[in-house]
This record gives sequence, structure tokens and C-alpha cells, in this order.
Amino acid sequence: MLHSKTFVKKTRGGKVNKQVREHYLRDDIYCGAPICKLCDSSAARLSPSASTILLLDTNVVLNQIDLLENPAIDDVVMLSVVLDEVKNKNMGVYNRVRALCSNSLRRFFVFANEHHKDTFVKEMAKESKNDRNDRAIRVAAQWYQSHLGGAARILLITNDKENKRKAIAEGISAETIESYVKSLDRPDLLDLVVQPSSEDVEMEEVEDLRPSKRKVIYTEHKPMSEITSGLHRGIYHQGKLRVNRYNPFEAYVGSESIGDEIIIYGRTNMNRAFDGDIVAVELLPQDQWHEEKSLSIADEEDEEEDVHLVPSSADDAPRTTNLVQGCSGDTNAVSSRPSGCVVGIIKRNWHSYCGSLEPMPLPAGSGGTAHALFVSKDRRIPKIRIHTRQLENLLDKRIIVAVDSWDRLSRYPSGHYVRTIGEIGDRDTESEVVLIENDINSRPFSSQVLACLPPLPWSVSSEDLANPVRQDLRDLRVFSVDPPGCKDIDDALHCTALPSGNFEVGVHIADVTNFVHPGSPLDDEASQRGTSVYLVERRIDMLPKPLTEDICSLRSDVERLAFSVIWEMTPEADIISTRYTKSVIKSCAALSYIEAQARMDDSRLMDPLTTDLRNMNVLAKKMRSRRIERGALTLASAEVKFQIDTETHDPLDIGMYQIREANQMVEEFMLAANVSVADKILKHFSLCSLLRRHPSPTREMLEPLLRTAAAVGLNLDVSSSKALAESLDRAVGDDPYFNKLIRILATRCMTQAVYFCSGDLSPPEYHHYGLAAPLYTHFTSPIRRYADVIVHRLLSASLGIYKLPSIFQDRSQLTSIADNLNYRHRNAQMASRASVELHTLIYFRKRPTDTEARVVKIRSNGFIVFVPKYVF
Amino acid sequence: MEFVSPEGLRLDGRRPMEMRQIRAEIGAVAKADGSAVFEMGNTKVIAAVYGPREVQNRTQQINDQALVRCEYSMANFSTGDRMRKPKGDRRSTEISLVIRQTMEACILTHLMPRSQIDIFVQVLQADGGTRSACINAATLALADAGIPMRDLVTSCSSGYLNSTPLLDLNYVEDSAGGPDVTVGFLPKVDKVTLLQMDSKLPIDIFENVMQLAIEGCKAIANYIREIMLENTKQLEYRRGI
Repeated sequence: MLHSKTFVKKTRGGKVNKQVREHYLRDDIYCGAPICKLCDSSAARLSPSASTILLLDTNVVLNQIDLLENPAIDDVVMLSVVLDEVKNKNMGVYNRVRALCSNSLRRFFVFANEHHKDTFVKEMAKESKNDRNDRAIRVAAQWYQSHLGGAARILLITNDKENKRKAIAEGISAETIESYVKSLDRPDLLDLVVQPSSEDVEMEEVEDLRPSKRKVIYTEHKPMSEITSGLHRGIYHQGKLRVNRYNPFEAYVGSESIGDEIIIYGRTNMNRAFDGDIVAVELLPQDQWHEEKSLSIADEEDEEEDVHLVPSSADDAPRTTNLVQGCSGDTNAVSSRPSGCVVGIIKRNWHSYCGSLEPMPLPAGSGGTAHALFVSKDRRIPKIRIHTRQLENLLDKRIIVAVDSWDRLSRYPSGHYVRTIGEIGDRDTESEVVLIENDINSRPFSSQVLACLPPLPWSVSSEDLANPVRQDLRDLRVFSVDPPGCKDIDDALHCTALPSGNFEVGVHIADVTNFVHPGSPLDDEASQRGTSVYLVERRIDMLPKPLTEDICSLRSDVERLAFSVIWEMTPEADIISTRYTKSVIKSCAALSYIEAQARMDDSRLMDPLTTDLRNMNVLAKKMRSRRIERGALTLASAEVKFQIDTETHDPLDIGMYQIREANQMVEEFMLAANVSVADKILKHFSLCSLLRRHPSPTREMLEPLLRTAAAVGLNLDVSSSKALAESLDRAVGDDPYFNKLIRILATRCMTQAVYFCSGDLSPPEYHHYGLAAPLYTHFTSPIRRYADVIVHRLLSASLGIYKLPSIFQDRSQLTSIADNLNYRHRNAQMASRASVELHTLIYFRKRPTDTEARVVKIRSNGFIVFVPKYVF
Repeated sequence: MEFVSPEGLRLDGRRPMEMRQIRAEIGAVAKADGSAVFEMGNTKVIAAVYGPREVQNRTQQINDQALVRCEYSMANFSTGDRMRKPKGDRRSTEISLVIRQTMEACILTHLMPRSQIDIFVQVLQADGGTRSACINAATLALADAGIPMRDLVTSCSSGYLNSTPLLDLNYVEDSAGGPDVTVGFLPKVDKVTLLQMDSKLPIDIFENVMQLAIEGCKAIANYIREIMLENTKQLEYRRGI
């Protein structure tokens, strides 16, 4: 079975050395077609009735991945030589192809031609790597043709002219992707086909046709070698380009080499860089460092007004006034901030974008191809030029577009249509856009995931009760306090007065890890999703609904499994002892914050539950004041509450979310539980614990806050979190909202708190600035956050209940999980914010309102206001 | 990095449970009492055995058993980059010791008191798994020298990459930094005489990986037996029996 074949490879590792690798050729690699009599068809992926089997060339896979993801393209054989080439060129595309190949709904089969004895091709003398790979593809196509006999037509799809010619000469039927898609007779698919970029023939023709019209707009990017040497010598500076959210013609590059941000004004200086690209920047001479004045977004829009009227040449934009700052004339005000221009792009951050087409009249002969400008919803992205054959369908739709290229001759990047989401302005469509933009998976759970759920209806079994590690706490008076209408209750509390005068306080958290086992599909899915996402009108769960709302939810009057942290506290709220245990509880009441608050306030009520609440509230207040004493910050963020119409799901009213004492009480105990758990897991697993830290903000980050404060004559002390907290408390102006505004500004200056793996940092860096706690983690919401699930596993391992799953031994894997959680967490926040914004807009669409507002910030092209009544 | 493709093929085209091609030859060094060349894919090792003979250094002589000595070295040309390595560096000292202990465990040393057996192994070409190849070559050479042994000791390595147990790692897989289990095994007595591992593994996975290595050892033992049988037939033929 083994055919050994040794081949020689040269690699460059500083110096050239010869490497010899074995390469085994096999006769047990099957063709994957179920119609084949010779091969083992147990692993076959192609359809039994396939009339045509497609073989793709590398450049087709690289450029047309969006098309391949469309279900219309099926019965495809991916050759391993193609996959290898794709992997070397573009990892993102490779991952997408791999996902296609493993998707059981699609019929993509991977044929390891490089290891098959009949299709392996040895490099010939004077043959380039590319030619050799092309030949390998043709040999494989030929093998398929003779192997399957006439049972199916083998079609080689290649956009390489030379390859196609040779293939046809060798008797293989070959077509370009365009002609193949045309033969399918699906006009909507044609839009997905990426137009060949400049290196192909078509471009030359175009250039011949209208040489006068082609004009260079952007300066050429420097070659990579020059950039690297320039970076070395300090002429260029490397950094990530971030475009100003409010003004897409202004961007910043944070550069380590000069320790300051470089400002880049105008598209010409940005030189085709997108937001998020890693770029190399050259500083402009100092006399050109000036603030942008005249330019505003509105101007720019006017300037481009006539662009789309010229049919089929969207890049015929006016080039006369080159939005360069220099033409405005007054360059007297030299700014201290360095400005620069992009000389090269080191790494592109292109992905697909949501948005809509710029409104334009339909071209006379509809049905033909038309060029259109796509406007991304994200204002930081420039307009994108696309070809479409279904213009009339797309004009009032939200669509997704991917960027293909941006050459120096065109004002706008060119891209292609990927898919339609729905009508513009429709609430569902816009919500969908929010989800896509934040990379949130809102698909229903797969059947494999649902198979991991325990059978319903579920109840606590006698086994659970008999389990020695599980303590029976059903006789305790446990209750939960949550927002009204909350269905995923993951925490409950109890508080019992002990005879000694101390209190036994317990925090009971839903025992999610009892149902979510490490390594199961359910666990993988949850770790991918990372967190539940709360939009205004819906919730996207991290775990399937039965777990979220029933089995794990600590509802009242049912027995539920929990993970408990139980303290003994003195009346002064000092913790004497802490105990952690798995438990069975039975909640006696699921209160809302309002109910809990009402109970505490009503002095006539003397029932045990209310007494417990009051005791806890006293303890919580003491803990809180102690925490603030240590320097914890109370920051404000604008939280909004909508009243939603139950029928139409349209917002009826907006108001600020009110925070009551009951909220603070629950929060206080959750914080205490998290801190206790962080201590415990770090003690046992000092290298692989998942903790949460909040880095102290640097002075530069607080600069905007200080500047604003100084503008209103306020002096803030930011030397420590305690000092900042105190000076924030003192910052009371005449305006009742002044303090809140200052706090919101302070919040915006802070860095985000992040999850991390304890082995990656040194203990002083574990500090949580906002809470003024040396250690912190997330333990209390395992239903909606995956971090808590991990912490639950760590805690149960530290108690010796379960073994530690193997991923904890792999620090890099844990770090990547932590990174994913941070990413998902941030996206979830952005999505909720965007959803709130969206609903605010829907609300005001029908109700023009006059109300008072505060100006927060003045920019060159507008100002930002805060409307206290509606919190935005 | 992807060491096993989703199609179940390793970088060199093997499947996870497959060994590299093995080849063995008895009697490569005419001067020695026993010698053998052993190849596992691109790893090529030569072994020569001298003895049992008089102990060279009298102070080392053991009165009730034979003294077994082993010297492992790598030829300067064995790896791609030609580097002169000092003799007796840490790595080769350790491997010498490992081989000596493994061989000592299967040689019936008590039958040859006050004598010395020298085993020289040299790596001619290195491509991962040199330790295992050396033990296999030494076994063959010892058998060729006619030294009494309990059993043929064979060795094979296995690893765990991309959550898959892999048999007989080559150099690329070996330098991935994953766990690398080397097992020395007595097939007839069904006993493990050598067990080494770099890096770490959860115990239940470790057992699978080790079992895989043992299967590899058994396959090598079968092959070695075949080679020896063939060699004996050759000798028979030459003597004209």
C-alpha cells in the first residue's frame, strides 16, 4: 500500500539548505463519487445523480469564494493541491473552503491528488511551481474523466487562459467561471462572480478603449521590501489605521515608534487604506501639519452628486477639487499633532460590509449589467463600486458586499454583491444588519447541539440528590431578584441569621456545567457564541432555550441544581469563612427589582423573606461603602429602557433605566461571589485560571475627560481610582445632569475590562481598576456568559468534584478562548447599543419631538448632544 | 499547524496509524561480531556489536555478569546542515544510556560473567525517531552476534498532534513540540522495558498513545523476525546444507 517517493525541497531559512521529505503515494484514496464501482463509496460526498462534476482551479477558489458558498454550486471536487495553494495565499478563504467541505449539506469532496499514485505529478525541469500545479490539476481532471468513464461529465473551471487552452488540448472540458455561471441560467448568481482584476485581459481592453479617461488618482504603494527597510530606518511608521467614526476623511494611526497618533486627512493621504488595515505611514513635513477646517461630510456628498449619473463608469468621479486640505489656503495654524500619508498597506482588513446602493435612476435597458455605488452602513468605509445585473431588485434593499480590489486608477474600491438581507428601513432587516455587522451568530442551534440536552420535562433526579458532592439546600429560604420579565434566572440568594449574631449569606448560581460537558457540540457552540446578546426586541441565546429558560433557570418553587458560594458574615459584613459547594435548591420567590424594593420599603411587612431582604440590604450597603472607600468607581452609562408594543414590536416609549437599591444589593453580592471564586481558583490553578482585569487608564486616555472638565472649570484628580472617584463625586454643577454627563465621559475614556488567562500576566497586572479589586472573575451568569462556564469548571476542579478538562493544560488554547470571549463580549455590547440606536430612530421616525439637550462635544463638522430625557 | 488533514492524511501522506517504510539488513560491518542497518523512512542507523570479549578496563569488570557498553553517535552528515558536534554531548550521552539500559534488560548477562559487550550505534541519516531506530538496529546486531537474549526488544515512537494519536513521528512532526512517546517492548513476554515521553498528556489519552506505540513495536518485531529468518536461510544456503 505504501509507495515511498522521496523528493527534494529547498527552503530558505536565512541560508539555503536542502531538505528531504518523504512523500508516500497511495492507492487507497477514493474518488468520492457514489456512482463509482471501483472505489469504496462509504466516504463519498458527491451526489449519486451528478451529471457534472466540477474541478476548480486555485484562482477560481481564491476569487470566487462568495459564489462557491452559494448552494447553486455543488458537486465540486477540491483537489489538495488547490487547497494547499489557497492556504498559502489566503488563510481566510482557506477556512471558508474548509467549512464548505465539512458542511454535510453541501457536496464538496476533497481529493488528495498529491498522495494518489496516479495523480501525483513530479516537477519537471524548468517548470515553475505554478505550471506544475496547473498540470497537477489537469492530470487529476484527466484521471477523474477516465476513472468515472462516461458516468459524469468532468468540467474544469479555470480563469487562466493558458491552463484552459492546455486542458482542452488534452481532451478535458474546461470553462471559465463566467461562462459556467451563465450556462446555469441564474442571473442573480452572475452578480456574485468577481470581475477579473487588472492583471487579466479585460482590463487591457478597457485601457485601450478610453485611455484618456484613465487617470491616476492615488500614489502607488511602495513595494514591501522598501517598506520594511523604511520601517527599520524610521522613515515610515507602522500602525493600525482607525477612521474617525464621525468623519470618514480623517483617520488615525497609532504608532509605537513615535509614541503618538498620526493624523491622516483626506482620501488621497489615506491612499486606499481601509479602517483596520495595518499600514505604513510617512510623516508629512511639519508645515503641512494643520487641522482640517473646511471639510465636512455634507460638502463631500455634494461633490459626488453627479457620479452615478454617468452610466457604467462609477469611477468617473470629479477629480478637479481633490478634497485636499492644502487648497483651502490658510495653513497658518500649525497643529502640534503630526500628520502623515499612507505609503503602503501591510495587511488588509477587508471583509464584507452591510449597506445599500446609492439611489440612482435605472439605466434605460434594464437587464444588462450596471455599475452602482454601494454605501456601507458603517460610515468609515468608502463607497464601493459593484457590477450588478439585477439593479432594480437591489435598489431598496440592504445588501452585503465584499471588496475585491482597489487600484490606483479608480476613486472607489471595486467589490461584488454577496447577498440581500431585506428591505431598507424594515425593523427585522435592520436588526439583522446589526447582528451581521457585529459578527453575531443568530442561527438556530443545530441538531447535534440540541441532542446534548437532557430530555424534557426535566426535574432533579434522585441520583442528583444522592450525589455526595451535592448538598441539599432545599430547606433554605432562597429567592432571586432580577429585572422584570427575566426568564434566564442564573442567580439566587439566601440570608439566614445565625445564633451567634452572624449571618450566613449564600449566592446560588445555576449549575450549567452539569449539563454542558466539555468537548460536546453544545460546549463548542457555546464557546463560539461566547455570550448571549440582548437586543431591544429579542435575545440571542448562548445556550438553547430549554436550558436557558427552564432546566438551568432558578425559577421559583421548583427544585434546581446550583453551584453555591456560602459565607459566614459578621453584622459588619466582614467575611469570616467561605464555602463552595454544588447544591440542590428550591427558590421560594422570583422577585423583580421593583417588588424587592417595595417589600423592603413597606415597613408593615414583617414576613421572613422581607426580613432577609432587609438584612442583606444592610450588609450590602456596608460592603458597598467599603468598596467605594477602596476606590471603586461608580461610572455612569446611558442605559435605556423601551416599552415595546406587544403586537407590532415597535417602541412605544423610551426612558432612562432606573437603578434602585435592590439592584445595588444584588450586584454587591455578585461582586463578592466573583471575588471569592477568583481567589479560590487562582490558589489552585495559578497558571490556567480565567480572570477578568481592568487595566488602569493612562493619562493620555483620560486626556479628553480632563480637557472637557477644564473647559467647564473643573479640576479632576486622576492620580488613582480613589482620587478620581472622589473628584467625580465633587463634580456637581448647576445642571442636574452635569454629574451624570461627566461620569459618562469618564466611562468612555476607560479601557474595557478583559478576560485573560492567569498564566499570561504577572499578578500585579490582574488588578481590576473599576472595582478596585486585586482579583476578579465572572462566576455568576453561566447561562449567558461562557467565561462563567469555564470558571465553574475551574472551581469544581479545585474542589475535586471533576477533573480539569484537557484544554486547561494548553495555555495558548485558553488564551485564544479568552480572546474570543473578549471579542464576542465587545460585539454583543456594540450590538445592543446599535439595537437601542435603531429603536430610538424607529421611535422618532413617527414622532418629531422638541426637547432640551446638552452639547457634549463640538467637532469641525458638527456637534454631539446628549438628550437627558431619551439618553443619547 | 495542521499535521493531519481533515481527510485523515499526514503531511507525508501516511494515515495516523501507519508507520514509515522499514527496511533492515544484517551484516553490514564485516569486522564486527554482529552488525545491522535499520531504516525507518529516511532515518537510517547502523549498529555494530563486539563481544562478548575480555573486559578492557579491569576495574569495570563484574564478576557475576557481563558488562554492556553502548555508544551512540550521529554522523556529521546525518542532518542537512553539516555541523560538527562534540562527542559526548548531553543528548547523545542520554541516548547511549537509554539504549544500554534497554539492551541490558534483554541480554542474559549472567551467562557471560567477567566479559564485555560493546554496542556501537551511529545515525547515518536523521529524520525523527532515531532512538527507536537505534534500539531496533542494536537488537538485530546483537542477534547477529549470537548473544543470548530473553527476547527481541523492539522500539517505536508515537505522538499526539491535532488531537490525533500518530504512529512513528518523522522529524517535522517530532519538532512540532507535542508529546512524543518512545516505547521499548519485549513482544514475546509482552512487557515494556522502555518508556519515555516529552511534553505532557492527560493519562487516558496517554494510554491510547502508548498502546499505539506498542502496536508499532509488535509490527517491527514481526518484520525483524522475518529478516532474521531470511538471513538464517541465506547462511544455510551458503554452507550448502
